[in-house]
Amino acid sequence: MSRRLTIDPITRIEGHARITIQLDDAGNVADAHFHVTQFRGFEKLCEGRPFAEMPSLMARICGICPVSHLVAAAKACDRILAVRPPKTGSDLRELMNLAQIVQSHSLSLFYLAAPDLVFGFDADPATRNIVGIARTNPQLAGDGILLRKFGQRVIEILGGKRIHPAWIVPGGVETPLTAEKRDEIRAMIPDAYAAVDRTLTWYKANLMGWAEEEASLGNFKSAFMAMVEDEGNVTHYDGRLRIADHDGALIAEFDPRDYAEHLGEFVDDASFLKPTYLLSRGVTDGMYRVGTLARVVVAKGFGTPRADAELESFRKVFGPTPSSSFLYHHTRLIEILHGIEKIEQLLKDPDILSDRVISNAQVNRNIGIGVAEAPRGTLMHRYVVDDDGIVQTANLMIATGHNASAMNAGVLQVAKKYVHGEDVAEGMLNRVEAVIRCYDPCLSCSTHAAGQMPMIVDLVDSRGDVIRVLSR
Amino acid sequence: MTVHTLTIDGVERAGVEGQTVLEVARESGVEIPTLCHLDGLCDVGACRLCVVEVKGSSKLLPSCATAVAEGMEVTTDSKRLTAYRRTIIEMLFAERNHVCAVCVANNHCELQARAADLGLTHIELDTVNPALDVDASHERFAIDHNRCIMCTRCVRVCDEVEGAHTWDVMGRGLDARVVTDLGMPWGESTTCTGCGKCVQVCPTGAIFEKGRPIATTKVTRPYLPYLKTNSQEVSA
Repeated sequence: MSRRLTIDPITRIEGHARITIQLDDAGNVADAHFHVTQFRGFEKLCEGRPFAEMPSLMARICGICPVSHLVAAAKACDRILAVRPPKTGSDLRELMNLAQIVQSHSLSLFYLAAPDLVFGFDADPATRNIVGIARTNPQLAGDGILLRKFGQRVIEILGGKRIHPAWIVPGGVETPLTAEKRDEIRAMIPDAYAAVDRTLTWYKANLMGWAEEEASLGNFKSAFMAMVEDEGNVTHYDGRLRIADHDGALIAEFDPRDYAEHLGEFVDDASFLKPTYLLSRGVTDGMYRVGTLARVVVAKGFGTPRADAELESFRKVFGPTPSSSFLYHHTRLIEILHGIEKIEQLLKDPDILSDRVISNAQVNRNIGIGVAEAPRGTLMHRYVVDDDGIVQTANLMIATGHNASAMNAGVLQVAKKYVHGEDVAEGMLNRVEAVIRCYDPCLSCSTHAAGQMPMIVDLVDSRGDVIRVLSR
Repeated sequence: MTVHTLTIDGVERAGVEGQTVLEVARESGVEIPTLCHLDGLCDVGACRLCVVEVKGSSKLLPSCATAVAEGMEVTTDSKRLTAYRRTIIEMLFAERNHVCAVCVANNHCELQARAADLGLTHIELDTVNPALDVDASHERFAIDHNRCIMCTRCVRVCDEVEGAHTWDVMGRGLDARVVTDLGMPWGESTTCTGCGKCVQVCPTGAIFEKGRPIATTKVTRPYLPYLKTNSQEVSA
């Protein structure tokens, strides 16, 4: 008799989701599925709207990473206008995107993942949260808040508000940067460096303690995809997409606008999330990962000295092509450092204060594709507009969609280790959630439960009858 | 020139024959909220936001379209008036699809501002959610009927100031729409001069410059009274 285990809801991720673990007749884990249970409908609701609204409309998808949607949407609109923003316009967009990467990674690492890292994956949920960290590790909690505030404040300085600024627009950005604002951002950088340095020291000192998690949380072979610039370093704003195999061997490198020649989407009947796959390998074998881990696997480096030094020591420990999704956390931390460095670099260029920040044009193309690296991975927007600029269709490929198959593989790996027949080993639920959290899946803007995790596990037999309900 | 004396909110005021209650009130520094009214254009009493109580009348009267009279006793502010005004704004929001967050006129919108003035934070009425088009066929401008409140300022400015009369109203009640050239796409209009006055007078983000991102509509209206007064003087 086959059974099904359902974990619902999963907490401390951005959105609502549910996990089903399918057991075979012998009681062994046969398959695992990560379902997204919420429906948003953004691709549909933007039909009929003027294209210039798309950046702001699409930013509403998420309150955590609105800037990535702003960037991808504005780049797609640039294509519709058939213009290239002035260099300062592009640089300012990149600056804001980096600020968001810093704040989003800080949220993921300090607020969502750190409770497991600090207190252990099986600690009492009443203390295993950010408030618990503030009590026992006030420096760590303070650094997390500082780094998140840094990123949010930079976004606010540039765009006028922290969430959903309407500053990134088709053709460039709305207003130039002033010297006062630049200096205000610069003045915050030393504290941000200090906070990330302290956190890196803490993280590396505890590395050995997480060896088991590194070995078992989403540790499998897969391809990786990320955007790289001309020299092969990580870029979050504009470059070529590179897909590498688990051993680093190049599978493809292409202009992001040609993504449809390399990536496919399929509809998963059990989830509102549309997973993607490598066309050359098919739906079943086409799994790949995106995000911070993928970026450090496919790219040569970050192209900034401090992050590259950290990356070098990371590679000494884990090799050039690490396979464990647990390392998303570590690479996220290194990328926070890179974000601050790159922001500092961009602000050093005197041209960053140039008044030429936007290229104006009318509709010159009917299709626009915009691709950028969001905190969680590659983000793609594709719009088709009529000659008046009214959106006819929109298609989005989101980081969590790229990672969907890899998340299933991670859950399956954990389930196989912890579930045997009706026996569910202690700590299984915590680790299933932990493996999902490695990817920092952004299922949409949503709140996060604090304290006791409300979790229900249904044991369902092959006829669909619930034979046992576990809850806490 | 006949002068009438009247009281507004208990204070004695004087107005010239033909002046509206709204004009006299504003001259006296008494603020009455309006939406369809715009200095320089004729008044049509479309929005009813400027309703006032007049002693002897059981009905509320639109101050923009009510002439002053001798001995009139006008109340511009009362619980009853506030309730009516709030309901009017609420009905405007419920009738079409107003999404401030992604609107070109966000923070520059008169509908939004009046709602804020009246402390309207939620819509309790069921929304109609009609499926309405955006006409972006004009080279420079577009109209999003979702945001139109049928104030007809565009119709009046186009007729009275520009003299083109491109805009007009079609249909009745919930089905009423402003149209260009008897319902042709704006871009095919042969009467539109492309002057942009309709963009300048639109109180919401319904008529806007194409390609402008959200919250960036900038309107410059001071020229309107000048143009109107000038044209009246010339014709007189």
